Amino acid sequence: MSQQQEHIRAEVLAIVKRLAPEIDLAKIIADKPLRTQIDLDSMDWLNVLATIHEKLGVDIPETDYGKVQTLDSIVIYLTGKMPAAGQE
Amino acid sequence: MRPLLIRKSPVDSPSAANGATFSWEQIRRELGLSADGPINIAQLAVDRHALSAIADKTAFRFLGADGNTRNLSYRELASLTDRFGNALKSLDVQKGERVFVLCGRICELYVAVLGALKIGAVVSPLFQSFGPEPIRGRIAQAAGKVLVTTASAYQRKVAPLRAELPTLRHVLLVDDLGSGAIADTVDLHALLRAAPDTPALVTTRAEDPALLHFTSGTTGQPKGALHVHGAVLTHYTTARSALDLRPDDAFWCTADPGWVTGTSYGIIAPLVLGVTSIVDEADFDPLRWIDILETQQVNVWYTAPTAIRLLMKAGLELFAGHHFPDLRFIASVGEALNPEAVCWGQEAFGHPIHDNWWQSETGGIMIANTAAQDIKPGSMGRPLPGITAHVVRHQEGEPVTLIAPPDTVGELALEAGWPSMFRGYLDQPARYRECFAGNLYLTGDLVRRDADGYFWFVGRSDDVIKSSGHLIGSFEVESVLMEHPTVAEAGVIGKPDALAGELIKAFVVLKHDIVPSEDLRLELMAHARRRLGAAVAPKEIAFTPSLPHTRSGKIMRRLLKARELGLPEGDSSTLA
Repeated sequence: MSQQQEHIRAEVLAIVKRLAPEIDLAKIIADKPLRTQIDLDSMDWLNVLATIHEKLGVDIPETDYGKVQTLDSIVIYLTGKMPAAGQE
Repeated sequence: MRPLLIRKSPVDSPSAANGATFSWEQIRRELGLSADGPINIAQLAVDRHALSAIADKTAFRFLGADGNTRNLSYRELASLTDRFGNALKSLDVQKGERVFVLCGRICELYVAVLGALKIGAVVSPLFQSFGPEPIRGRIAQAAGKVLVTTASAYQRKVAPLRAELPTLRHVLLVDDLGSGAIADTVDLHALLRAAPDTPALVTTRAEDPALLHFTSGTTGQPKGALHVHGAVLTHYTTARSALDLRPDDAFWCTADPGWVTGTSYGIIAPLVLGVTSIVDEADFDPLRWIDILETQQVNVWYTAPTAIRLLMKAGLELFAGHHFPDLRFIASVGEALNPEAVCWGQEAFGHPIHDNWWQSETGGIMIANTAAQDIKPGSMGRPLPGITAHVVRHQEGEPVTLIAPPDTVGELALEAGWPSMFRGYLDQPARYRECFAGNLYLTGDLVRRDADGYFWFVGRSDDVIKSSGHLIGSFEVESVLMEHPTVAEAGVIGKPDALAGELIKAFVVLKHDIVPSEDLRLELMAHARRRLGAAVAPKEIAFTPSLPHTRSGKIMRRLLKARELGLPEGDSSTLA
């Protein structure tokens, strides 16, 4: 994993942890859908996406919801959209 | 500009039936029932069709989160529900005993609900997003004997408190973890394989209890609204009158069976009519939903305001290239649907959205915008055949009186006696009695009726919170917050939200020696979410030095809400 991906991953986990502080980050399986592992309702999930937009500057449109189901896929998706992508 | 009236052309629809010729006796005859004879929801929903020409028709089409589809015919559903019913009998589950279900929208849930109804057990579905405390409280209150759930939900939410549930004799698990045997539980699939699929039906009558739906009030613990097998008459007739549902339709009710809509209209009503019901296991996802509506050729779609507003937010571009030639009727329930959303349906799908009104206590749809009648966007519509609604003046200590002049705000009241009316709150007879004045059931909703007989929602007469269409009691949330050692007192309100209707916000007073901090706020949030689950836990927690109280010591939630909204506090009496 590149440095940028490590950074994105840490940011995403921090965002999720802030909205669902009860979770144990170490127990998250990166290639399993997040919402089956963490108790996030629709409003929480929208909040996660809105905070990603705010903190990382990437807007995830509704058409792409299918691409951001797991922690791994979120990181890959964001890596492709972040301004610094491709520099490493 | 938004129209004030959406005109409908005369249609050949069951909903066009003249209310004047309606009688419950006629509905009973249509279903082949006699006035005092046996009546069982599962028999009418499943067995009846399994012995008919439509035995091999798909009853449920389960769309898995993994992309797999499973069709279950009426014949197969009858066999599986017989097996489940016989399995319960082998566990010595008697008529009237309570069976809880707690799982996602998977096949086993539907089999369990219908199989338990078959043997006269009383079924209580729990929402899968409930945390341990709402689950424990409800099972304990109802002395639940059986719980059907998944291994993952059991491990996370039930196992740690099993010792506090002495009545819970049997936990039947769907092994979704692939982890094999778990102590003090039974593997559901093994149990089903071992059970015979001989008819399991136990004779039930119209007044025998069938379903227990928990709902929330402002004060006290959740109330278990008890419904009877005779309620199926309402399910059957309202599916036609309010949802325009016809036997050849593909129907999609998006509600989770953990809430009353998902049981009455996600399980029972469509089956009684013999339609094919679509069940999607996955969470809301705009593109997935559009795809389901299109590719599953959904004819009638029953959904909720929050989902509609989320689809609106996604924008009409999302619908480009999609066509819905099969879609004929869209309905919404959960909270009043804003006029913009009603009209948006026409832009996105070519059909307006038909709002309707009911609640856990009514068991089925009572007031609706129907296929045959003009829509006034923003209105809940008019009472369905067999239902008589009034607007009443209801002040504490004064007799309840009818309000005759149109456009006057009062409480919505229904003339008692429709088949799906609740028959009691479990073990709380006084609270049940308080819901009635003479032959009127008092709904707790404030409405006005216009000169054309359309009802308009104004607000609640109490402080219950409606978030994403679900009623949430302040008390249940406050109690859990106050369990935390740092909390002296908590007051919980519904904070208006454009998408969810209301979001739960908690105001917390800390004990005198505790210093508020961001870490503590997160700790309280974690505590509330762990205990209550995401659907019930607050989305916001704010520290406050004190809470406003009445002289008798009750928290003045309306005042908290007025402050939150920056309204003059003197006007708080008008807040809903």
